[in-house]
Amino acid sequence: MRTVCVVGVGMSQWGEVWRRSLRQLFVDAASKAIKGAGVDHLDSLYVGCMSSGLFVGQEHLGSVMADYLGMRGLPAMRVESACASGGMAIRAAFMEVGSGMSDIVMASGVEKMTDCDGDQATYALATAADQEYEVFHGATFPGLYAMMAHAHMAKYGTTREMLSQVAVKNHDNGALNPVSQYPFKITKEAVETGVMIADPLHILDCSPITDGAAAVIMTTEEIAKKLGKPYVRILGSGAATDSIALYQRPDMTTIKAATLASERALKMAGRKITDIQFAEVHDCFTIAELAILESIGVYERGKAGPATLAGETARDGKFPVNTSGGLKSKGHPVGATGVAQMIEVYKQLTGQAEGERQVKGSPKIAMTQNMGGSGGSSVVHIVEVA
Amino acid sequence: MKMFSSRAWRENPQRYRMEAAKFKKSGKTYFPPRDIDPETGDTENEIVTLPETGKVLTYTVIRVAPGQWSDQSPYALAVVEMDDGTRVFGQMTDCNVDEIKIGMEVRAEFRRLQTEGHSGVLSYAHKFVPKWY
Repeated sequence: MRTVCVVGVGMSQWGEVWRRSLRQLFVDAASKAIKGAGVDHLDSLYVGCMSSGLFVGQEHLGSVMADYLGMRGLPAMRVESACASGGMAIRAAFMEVGSGMSDIVMASGVEKMTDCDGDQATYALATAADQEYEVFHGATFPGLYAMMAHAHMAKYGTTREMLSQVAVKNHDNGALNPVSQYPFKITKEAVETGVMIADPLHILDCSPITDGAAAVIMTTEEIAKKLGKPYVRILGSGAATDSIALYQRPDMTTIKAATLASERALKMAGRKITDIQFAEVHDCFTIAELAILESIGVYERGKAGPATLAGETARDGKFPVNTSGGLKSKGHPVGATGVAQMIEVYKQLTGQAEGERQVKGSPKIAMTQNMGGSGGSSVVHIVEVA
Repeated sequence: MKMFSSRAWRENPQRYRMEAAKFKKSGKTYFPPRDIDPETGDTENEIVTLPETGKVLTYTVIRVAPGQWSDQSPYALAVVEMDDGTRVFGQMTDCNVDEIKIGMEVRAEFRRLQTEGHSGVLSYAHKFVPKWY
């Protein structure tokens, strides 16, 4: 397989972006990525999107996006794996470039979530859970992660304060990210006195509803070198699935799909988890960040909470997690999230993270972990600076 | 989105009678029934009716619910391990939601659940109540 590189990245505005539509958000991000990479054409396009059909009534995104990018004729298709759609789009582009089928491929992700009311958005998001045996009984996404939290607290003694610290830490990072939807710091008190959504998760334990898009240009190392721009290599890609319903997992405190995806990505990269210097992980809820860090083996079971309280996962800690602000502060336009994780590690590894957000010591290798539903799917990439 | 009533009707055996699939090789039971054992790939199974009692493995209380459920909130949801070891997901009812605990013993009862989507189909299924209620 050929080495696959990321050579240009772009993001639209993230937040409640009332002036831009689904296709416009995509074009904003895609145009920046093309310009950043300095490429004069694409060979193909993948669009990660969870539910444009339910959010805005538009399917068939390959055609829509190639058309509005001014590239009619381009092979293009949508990739869907719920909240892991963006990461899976990167994986699809990785396979296409790596296999030698194409040389320059765009992986992108987009979601337009504020063109409908909160009920409709909640309904659309809930389709990533088991419709017939979870949602039918009244399950919501915060509810499913809340059940994971209660199980984790009972088994490992994880505390309310540990969950709060995840949100506080990610907002500390997101406050420094110019694309963040919520670029401000919060306190533990604010988390713990916020509206209760699903016990024990308060509103600030949850990632928001966001409009946004992200795009990256993926190509061979030969072309990346010729383009003369900073680039990173994707050393490994791993993906996995698990039961669609949380209740059917033997251990509800761990995310097996993340474990498998991470093992596979590391194996392909020929690296160990201890080689990884920082990571972007799928903190859709505070408990998710802790469960993921334990599932991918950064921490032993039950140890991610205490480590977070001790500051180990902060920007200046020994294993920085979600330096972008994560889904929590930066926002979570579902299909775009996995691609934005890649953009953050690209920026950090090439020394382009804005100001104070840049991780010190010129890190060389990072991981992105993107996840669908309550852990029904996950995709992991290992990325190294060139 | 209008759903046809066949979507609800075909689930009746599991929703009305808690029927599950017990696989021959592993002896494991899955609810709802499925055709293939996810662990062994075995397809030989028989339909069994689950025991009515079990215990709470984890739970939550939904305080902010989407439209079709908002008039029922706060309501509790639980993952229950039935006495034969099978996992079932469902609502808890006839109890103080603030007194639910992991390990609590519960019994499944047949209750009205919701008016599904915009179709107006009345949905019935199990809800869990405290065992000695």
